[in-house]
Amino acid sequence: MLQTKIHNLTLKNPVMTASGTFGYGEEFADFIDLNRLGGIIVKGTTGERRQGNPYPRMAETPSGMLNAVGLQNVGVETFCKEVYHRIKDLDTNIIVNVSGSSIEEYCKTAAMIDELDNIPAIELNISCPNVKKGGMGFGTNPDMAAQVVSEVRKIYHKTLIVKLTPNVTSVVEIAKAVEGAGADSVSLINTLLGMAIDVEKQRPYLSTITGGLSGPAVKPVAVRMVWQVAHAVSIPVIGLGGITSAADALEFLMAGAKAVQVGTANFIDPAVTMKIIDGLEDYCKRHRINDINDIIGII
Amino acid sequence: MRKYITDFTIVGKQVYNESYFSLTLQHPDRLPEIAAGQFVEVEVPDNKQVMLRRPISIHDVDIDNNTLTILVQVVGKGTRTLSKLSEGQKLNLVYPLGHGFSLEGTHTLLVGGGAGIAPLLHLSKCLSAKGIRPTILLGGRTAALIPVQKEFEPYGTIGFATEDGSLGEKGLVTQHSLFSADYDHIYTCGPTPMMKAVARYALEKGIECEVSLENMMACGIGACLCCVVDSDEGHKCVCKEGPVFNAKKLTNWIKQ
Ligand SMILES: Cc1cc2nc3c(=O)[nH]c(=O)nc-3n(C[C@H](O)[C@H](O)[C@H](O)COP(=O)(O)OP(=O)(O)OC[C@H]3O[C@@H](n4cnc5c(N)ncnc54)[C@H](O)[C@@H]3O)c2cc1C
Ligand SMILES: Cc1cc2nc3c(=O)[nH]c(=O)nc-3n(C[C@H](O)[C@H](O)[C@H](O)COP(=O)(O)O)c2cc1C
Ligand code: FES
Repeated sequence: MLQTKIHNLTLKNPVMTASGTFGYGEEFADFIDLNRLGGIIVKGTTGERRQGNPYPRMAETPSGMLNAVGLQNVGVETFCKEVYHRIKDLDTNIIVNVSGSSIEEYCKTAAMIDELDNIPAIELNISCPNVKKGGMGFGTNPDMAAQVVSEVRKIYHKTLIVKLTPNVTSVVEIAKAVEGAGADSVSLINTLLGMAIDVEKQRPYLSTITGGLSGPAVKPVAVRMVWQVAHAVSIPVIGLGGITSAADALEFLMAGAKAVQVGTANFIDPAVTMKIIDGLEDYCKRHRINDINDIIGII
Repeated sequence: MRKYITDFTIVGKQVYNESYFSLTLQHPDRLPEIAAGQFVEVEVPDNKQVMLRRPISIHDVDIDNNTLTILVQVVGKGTRTLSKLSEGQKLNLVYPLGHGFSLEGTHTLLVGGGAGIAPLLHLSKCLSAKGIRPTILLGGRTAALIPVQKEFEPYGTIGFATEDGSLGEKGLVTQHSLFSADYDHIYTCGPTPMMKAVARYALEKGIECEVSLENMMACGIGACLCCVVDSDEGHKCVCKEGPVFNAKKLTNWIKQ
């Protein structure tokens, strides 16, 4: 009833977890049955180990939070040698979020992940700035976005999902560019660039001054962007941004997403994904829907 | 150690003054083992301004009655909402989180300040259960900011330090006559400048020292990497690898 497909991937249900909010899944094993998830997108992984940004890295804002973790991760080699072996036998789609600061770094990481049997897909996070080109974001320029995707496409043979940033004038333009460059799917949205100031201490809450906004506050923006992109491309769209309930997930599905990811809500309720899956089942029963695909993109 | 997400019932509430209160929370059945220094992530009910859970130390555990107690200082919207709850209401916790104190040492000194006093009561009891009688030094700006005092009496020798002299000796905990090199292990929790001063002293004198950090947290379970401390081995999650750290691993942090 809930099964969906993203390119070559079959998902038991459309509910996955968002990168950077679910660790490597292991952190949640005490609270939920990880095998019930449609997929797990693990932490952003880069060519080398990264320390990330200095503390403080988060601030709560109305119905959301800002973060500036800055891609702290163990690096692709440690991921392949250690982390992979701890999680590879989970009965769900384990997808690696690949980040980088240069095309070479993206390609190095993607090529190493390509070798891992039980990782059926990568999610290319093109929101990071390109250090070589003066820090300009790959994901904010259609030509650069297309370039990184086509280079990764040459060396990566499984399902290639590209994650889009909302910090652009036209997300549709970027989506079409990465579709043209060989992406099998797009996921959106990443965090919205934001900022908050502690007026008592007269300084920003984050060490980096600005950071990424996530949580329920961003949901209407995300639903709008998913709807626009779903109407503009023919590859499957994965929707995320502020999902905390089955009703939220349904909004994204109706707007045209074939699957969804849950991020910040995992911090509020570590078992929220199970409630969303149960809620989707319940919705289908109540509305006599035999196949969740029947409501995808009805708007 | 396995973590749980559970609804507790508030079965006791004590208001010490306008800044401090405690809630005693009952579990539906037997509590799992809880180490001194571990904490809970509390869901703040009925306040749309507060989305994320709040990390609060486990102050006391009563295995026979399936209860645990939290001691809370009102500092903002979440803690203010918690202060308005009453007996009979439910509170959802994710617990027990983090790594606690080692319980090592035979001549032990516990140094607490402000809300950092909270984990030291459970620590005193755990040390006592091992046959160790600690010296307990509690500090605050004024007497009212040291809400819990006599509860510690059965478990050790107690000293107080207040900046205005309203309780115990006048001055900072590090100036107190009980604060000396006569110990083999110091445990501390409280304001960052206090913990750094205590840790610096311990390192100088070659005394083992454990500090319990209170970094801002989003998830509390090691998933978001928001709560890191700049340890000598790189960024470490306070929620998962801490909140208790050996001061020897934090020499960078102590210097900052
Ligand atoms: C492991 C751990 C154990 C803790 N144990 C206790 C405890 O036993 N008792 C207790 O009273 N408090 C404890 N704290 C601190 C407590 O989590 C914060 O005071 C609380 O989250 C503040 O929430 P609020 O909504 O009231 O404040 P907010 O409205 O979110 O913020 C108000 C102000 O409080 C300050 N603040 C917020 N969070 C923290 C924090 N984590 N540390 C320091 N200052 C903060 C901020 O500077 C802010 O300006 C602990 C924190 C951690 C990480
Ligand atoms: C703490 C934190 C860390 C994140 N890390 C990453 C990351 O490494 N890679 C990535 O593509 N997105 C990352 N994100 C973005 C989320 O995957 C997601 O796109 C965003 O938070 C919106 O979804 P949400 O509102 O459900 O959280 C992170 C978000 C948060 C809150
Ligand atoms: S609070 Fe999320 S990792 Fe520590």
